[in-house]
Amino acid sequence: MGLQLLKEESLFAAEFSEFIRNRCANEPTWLRILREKSFAEFEQIGFPTVKEEDWKYTNVAPIAKTTFRPAWTDRETRLEAGDFSSLIYDESRDSSLVFINGVFQPEFFNASRLSQIVVMSFTEALTSSPHAPLIREHFERYGGAGENGFTRLNAALSDGVFVLIPANVNLDAPLELLFVTDHEQGSPLAVFPRVLIMGEENSSATIIESYASRSNGQYFTDAIIDFVVADGASFQHYKLQRESTAAFHIADTRVSVRAGAKYETATINLGAALSRHDIAVTFEEEGGECAVDGLYMISANQHSDTHSMIDHRQPHCTSHQLYKGVLDGRSHAVFNGKVFVRHGAQQTNAQQTNKNLLLSDEARVDTKPQLEIFADDVKCAHGAAVGQLDQDELFYLESRGINPGLARNLLTYGFAEEVIEKIKIDSIKRELDAVVLNRLHSGLEIA
Amino acid sequence: MLEIRNLYASVDGNEILKGIDLKVNRGEVHAIMGPNGSGKSTLAKVLAGHPQYEVTAGEVIYDGKNLLEMSPDERAREGVFMAFQYPIEVPGVSNAQFLRLAYNEKQKHLGEEELDPLEFKDLLKEKAKIVEMDASFMTRSVNEGFSGGEKKRNEILQMAVLDPKLSVLDETDSGLDIDALRIVAEGVNKLHSPEKAVILVTHYQRLLNYIVPDFVHVLSAGRIVKEGGKELALELEEKGYDWLKNGDGKAAAGLKRSA
Repeated sequence: MGLQLLKEESLFAAEFSEFIRNRCANEPTWLRILREKSFAEFEQIGFPTVKEEDWKYTNVAPIAKTTFRPAWTDRETRLEAGDFSSLIYDESRDSSLVFINGVFQPEFFNASRLSQIVVMSFTEALTSSPHAPLIREHFERYGGAGENGFTRLNAALSDGVFVLIPANVNLDAPLELLFVTDHEQGSPLAVFPRVLIMGEENSSATIIESYASRSNGQYFTDAIIDFVVADGASFQHYKLQRESTAAFHIADTRVSVRAGAKYETATINLGAALSRHDIAVTFEEEGGECAVDGLYMISANQHSDTHSMIDHRQPHCTSHQLYKGVLDGRSHAVFNGKVFVRHGAQQTNAQQTNKNLLLSDEARVDTKPQLEIFADDVKCAHGAAVGQLDQDELFYLESRGINPGLARNLLTYGFAEEVIEKIKIDSIKRELDAVVLNRLHSGLEIA
Repeated sequence: MLEIRNLYASVDGNEILKGIDLKVNRGEVHAIMGPNGSGKSTLAKVLAGHPQYEVTAGEVIYDGKNLLEMSPDERAREGVFMAFQYPIEVPGVSNAQFLRLAYNEKQKHLGEEELDPLEFKDLLKEKAKIVEMDASFMTRSVNEGFSGGEKKRNEILQMAVLDPKLSVLDETDSGLDIDALRIVAEGVNKLHSPEKAVILVTHYQRLLNYIVPDFVHVLSAGRIVKEGGKELALELEEKGYDWLKNGDGKAAAGLKRSA
């Protein structure tokens, strides 16, 4: 660890002391101790470097070198509902939670369609709700091996929200978590979103996790979103990352899947200068099912890294992964898909596919499937592909009067559609269709 | 409408067309026949503007304009259509989306009204009848999972929607069973008019029973070696192409002159 890195962390240290003093006064002691432990670990290990296998292709030095101001010190949020209402999807207009600069804003909480579920800040949940032991157990479960400087920094500095979908509740409106970053002046912000979503037995819900910015500035999102999907419960989760193209986006999704539970997710990565998404799904009990899909579409000098980890700890679980990438300009994508089948996890069915479309000679992708199988009665398959637009397909479209730019977009759309069509929310689908189709050509609609 | 003069073309440095002359007027149907490798499909692809085919000499005048200077999409918008021998599958893009985009690009080019999805649906429904295609094909990805016959019918559906002035059908009969052949041929006949012209590229005479050509041109080794009326196709059916191929250059040239 270099001297410079140490210096940056010292800076966070001053912010951390202030955070503990001013923001955590009402928190239980165990949480303060956990924050201090996490921060001490962060100071010790720092941000990951390319010398670590998991970060080999993603250099986060630009984050380490920038002086960020943790957003909770930025008290002057002048945003009004009208400033971000267009970012909320129609389907979740009455079921949305807004976070500005990583901090939950109860005044913008539109919960008219969320009466069946519990939504409260961690502070509130830990001090005055019966859910405190559950949350504590969850918090203390993480930490230690498998974590990195980003998750520890988040654990130290985040102030998040607890969501509980009670047993047998089928949430009919999608729950949207909208994270908006907004700042006008001063040094760039670091924001620390954190949400824990628990679905009790046989509940079901759709969750939209959406990141957007109101400015094109530089900032740093360091997010942790955890899911616990109890026996027989079923979650659909869409993560939409449309950060400013100057931003850094580091996010962890951690999912615990219980007996016979189902978790389906699609992650759409469009924004950020540098983004990294770690998604880990753990089958804790038998008969779980997950579909982990994603699309990253980047250009210019964008960098997008996805690390997925499906941990088959128990028998009779099924996992499907389909990740597609569209890369233009000098962009760089990384996909690392790990499937771990433990001893005794018989009758596991694990499929993984990663396909990449390079639209430019200068774009680059590093894709690596990683299967580690310690059971003998399993069905596992993986495949990775990198290709370019097919010249015959392009000619075919052009020969029908479609100009070359539009033909390229149409083929790109066709490529990306396989992931987009998995999203069951129409307004998200329409937005993505438009984004893909208008990549090189404006004013085009498709229906 | 179309005049090809002394056209030479090559692919990957191999010269395939060696001096083609052909004149097509409005209202005419021309058949280009010939053995495998004679350059029939190359001629079709050169007319459509396939980037792999390089024109090394000659010119092609279409509607008074230099066709070879136009990009493939410009040619299409100007009314040139090629039905592919092997239609390409375009995964993820529905037939209806694709056709509406192509249709609207042309309308835009002509300064005419573009259609929204609902209006276009009605148009498509009408056109689909011409090739007896079911509505389910419109929501499926372009040609994906279509049988050989369905793909060819889809080509003619595209032709119906785009309403070209000059249609070049590249081996549209290959791989068709007799019912599909009839549907495709009837479609082409319905779309034909005195304002339009059709060039049929085919190996077999079979298609010409359904779409009767005004002129038949026989290609061999990149040149037109014989020309005649529809009866020439029957003669070829009977005698085969060896009859032409085995003749030396002089004989072929002689045949051409006598035509």
